[in-house]
This record gives sequence, structure tokens and C-alpha cells, in this order.
Amino acid sequence: MSRPEIDDVTGVETTGHEWDGIKELNKPLPKWWLWVLYATIIWSVAYWIAMPSWPLVADYTKGLLGYSQRAVVANSIANARAAQSQYLDRIAATDLAGIKADPDLLQFALAGGQAAFGDNCAPCHGRGAQGAVGYPNLNDDAWLWGGTLDDIHHTLNVGIRSGHPDTRDNAMPAFGRDELLEPAQISDVTDYVLSLAGLDANTEAAERGKEIFAEQCAACHGEDGKGDTELGSPNLTDGIWLYGGTRDDITDVIRNSRSGVMPAWDGRLSPETIKQLAVFVHSLGGGQ
Amino acid sequence: MSWAKHKIFETNSMVLLVGILVVVSIGGIVEIAPLFWLKSTVEKVQGMRPYTPLELAGRNIYVREGCYLCHSQMIRSLRDEVERYGHYSLAAESIYDHPFQWGSKRTGPDLARVGGKYSDEWHVLHLKNPRAVVPESIMPGYPWLAERRLDFKDIKGNLATLRAIGVPYTEEMVENAEADLKAQVDPDGDGAEALQERYPKSQVRQFDNNPEYISEMDAMVAYLQMLGTLVDFASFDASGPNLR
Repeated sequence: MSRPEIDDVTGVETTGHEWDGIKELNKPLPKWWLWVLYATIIWSVAYWIAMPSWPLVADYTKGLLGYSQRAVVANSIANARAAQSQYLDRIAATDLAGIKADPDLLQFALAGGQAAFGDNCAPCHGRGAQGAVGYPNLNDDAWLWGGTLDDIHHTLNVGIRSGHPDTRDNAMPAFGRDELLEPAQISDVTDYVLSLAGLDANTEAAERGKEIFAEQCAACHGEDGKGDTELGSPNLTDGIWLYGGTRDDITDVIRNSRSGVMPAWDGRLSPETIKQLAVFVHSLGGGQ
Repeated sequence: MSWAKHKIFETNSMVLLVGILVVVSIGGIVEIAPLFWLKSTVEKVQGMRPYTPLELAGRNIYVREGCYLCHSQMIRSLRDEVERYGHYSLAAESIYDHPFQWGSKRTGPDLARVGGKYSDEWHVLHLKNPRAVVPESIMPGYPWLAERRLDFKDIKGNLATLRAIGVPYTEEMVENAEADLKAQVDPDGDGAEALQERYPKSQVRQFDNNPEYISEMDAMVAYLQMLGTLVDFASFDASGPNLR
């Protein structure tokens, strides 16, 4: 083997590789860099042994530490549950009124309920539970299906027209679309409903509408139009309108009916979370 | 000496090319290939089925409109994600996805389990104009979905193609693709029962509340309402071989 050639200009060895008369100087990598490389190789071998890594025929090597991301998340959820268990266990064991009566539990339930509300309820009912057209305001005193703790809790669990086997459900006829009433009759009933809420209405038409209301509407909305939370029929006298309170809005609902849907949270959220939500919603202002 | 051997590679581009391919494919063979035979890759679960034709059409619109650019469909195994979105996503839940919609960016929330979380009406309002229901939303509106009739003349071919690459659509499912698609928005029709026989847990109703025609909105909402609802988690054992 020949002696390495020394480059005249720099005094450095060449590698002997020559490209079109240009020779490559032999400049090895810095020692520290090489040692870092060796260290990473050693690290990777240690990692293979300690952690899940190599795929085999039927399974993969699990590693001595037995690490599993799914075990990690199960642990962290269990730890969080354990850290809250002094409250969660009591919430599970206490009825809703009891939670409300215990300042400690109430504080915890309100905080937990608010967090769950933001994740799950706010897209429809709004961040401040102020509602929107078609989605009830939860701050006021008007409740379609009842505003007691138990009513709210039940609505949360089973939903409204949700497909849950025990769902809250009712159906108002589409008086116009299904031709149950003449357009003129619908107009008269609209006037009567407006007058019930103390809004501007044609008194004569309202008088005619009153009879139709007694025949067609009172069974659910009540003789006085105050609704019935057992049936989920809204109070028509309180000036709170889920689908708008103009003459056109009201006519449209009588003509076509509406059937809003609320999902059931039973099975989707834990029973403790649903209890906290019930307490939170009840606390918003209108709880009965 | 060593140069002499190396010279073969450095002076013959084809030899170099083959050499590169051999070296690079080692990584692929070690990292990707085993996933095709390792039994532990995909969990054994109850309830997974291929998409109904209407859901599949909705999924095609989801891809067409680029929803995956802002929405992921992958609940990672982290506590905050599980608490917000539900059980972490399983590999088994993506087996019939070609391509999967896991996504890597969340400008909007994860949608892997959005099915059943909101009402159909909410989805329709929200897709037309997100600000109508969520004032602080920055999502663009997709009002044309409600106006456009769903084009499903190639749905049968769509199912047949997926079948060819391994989705277990039966001959019967492919043959009835168009009928099943129409049946899913016609709860009073005759086809609903057969549809649910072929596709358990499929939801049959008027998704956009417009019975005049099958709109793209119908398909989109049908797809969104089934996301993450198929696997029966009551029967899923998160320990043992599924603990990974």
C-alpha cells in the first residue's frame, strides 16, 4: 500500500480520489461529532431493548419497560379520577338536591358542569347559554320540559326526539302543510296567539281564532295557552319564542310545525358529568 | 483499495441508483411491511361495517370540500383529548377508509366522534353559515350543499372500486347501491329495512328536512352523524393485546 500523498498547498493528506485532476483532501469528521454518532447508536440499541420496537412475525417486541401509550392514558385518566374522587364519588352517591345543598359539592359541580357545557352544549345553546333561534335560552324562566333539577337531568340523559329509547318526544301537527286548517283559520289563530302574548293583534280575528285554538291547540298548550312541561308544549303567553315572535314566524310554526332535536347524553358523558351539567344549568337563573 | 470498490458506485449512475433503492427500501421493509401481517396492528372490535352509499357520498363531499384541512378525525391517546372528544380512535375504525381522514391540523375541532353530538338541523344551519349557531366560529360556510342535488350516478362504481381494494362490500350491496342511497333518506319507503339489514346501525331519515330531492347536504349530514358511532365500546377490551 502506497504512502498517503500530501497536498503541496495545504500540507494535508489526500484521499487519493481524483476527479478531472482535482484531488480530495482527507479531512475526517471532528472527533466530538463522531462520538455523538456512536452515542446515538448505543442509545438506539438500548432503546430497542427497553421499549416496544421491532416487528416480528406475529407480534412486536414489547421491551423490558413494557411501555404502552394506551396504558399511559388509562393511567392518567384514572389518576385524574382518583384526584377528584372525593367529589365524584359523593356526586355519584348523592341526589341532585343533595348536591345543591352541599356547598363543597355544589362548587365542584358548577365548575365541572361549566367545563362540560363548553365542550358539549355551547355549540347549540351558546357559550353563555343564551340560546339562539331553535335552541332554548337556558338562563330564563321558560322551560319546555320542566326546569326542576330532575327535569333538567332527565332531559340531559334522554334528549328530545333523540332516538334514545326513553327520549322526550312530542309532535305538533303541521296545520298548514297537512291541510288540517284553512289558511284563513291559521291567520286567525295567529292573531289569537299574538293576543295571548300581549302583542298587536286584530281583535276580531283573534276572537275567531280563540275558538279554533280551543279545538285544535288547547289540548297541549292548555286552555289559557300556558303550555305544559309534562307534554313539552311551550307557554304561548310569556313572550319567549323559540322560533321567533313575529307574525310571520308564528304563522310559519302553525303551518309547518317544528320539531327540534336535542341529543341524548346518556352513554356519551359519564353519569357524574351529566349530574354536574344538570346542577350547572339549573343554577343559570331559571332553575325551579 | 476501498476506493476501488466504491468507484463502481460513483462512476456508474445506474449501479448507484439501484444501491440507493436497496438501502432506502430497508427502512420501508422494516417499518411498513410488518404492519400488513402483524395481527396486533388492528384491534378486534364489534360493529365496524363499510359505509352506506349515502355516507360514502357524504364522505366524498367531505374530501372534495377539503374538510380534512382544518378537521382531524383522530382522537389521540391523551387524557385531554379523551375527556373532550371521547374514547381514543382505534385503528379498526379506519379500516374501510380509502384514504383515511386522520388529518394533522386542527383549526376546527376533531370530528372522529361527532356523530350524534348535534342535531341534523344544527349541522344544516352550521354548514350553511357557521356563525348562525356559533357566533365566534371562523369556519367558512358551505351553503351550496343544501342547494345542489347529490350526483350519485357513479355510486355503484364507487362501491365496486372499494370492494376491489378490500372493503367487504358484498355483491348485493354493490347491486343495491343506488336503491340503498335513496332508501336512507326515505324513512317511510320500502327500502329502509333492507338497508339496515345490510348496514346495521345505519340512520334513516330526512337529514336536511327537504324531501324534494336528495341534496349534498343529506349525504354530508348522514356521514357526519355516523362518525365514530359504529364500534361497540361496551364490548371493547382496552387491555391485553389491545393495550399498545
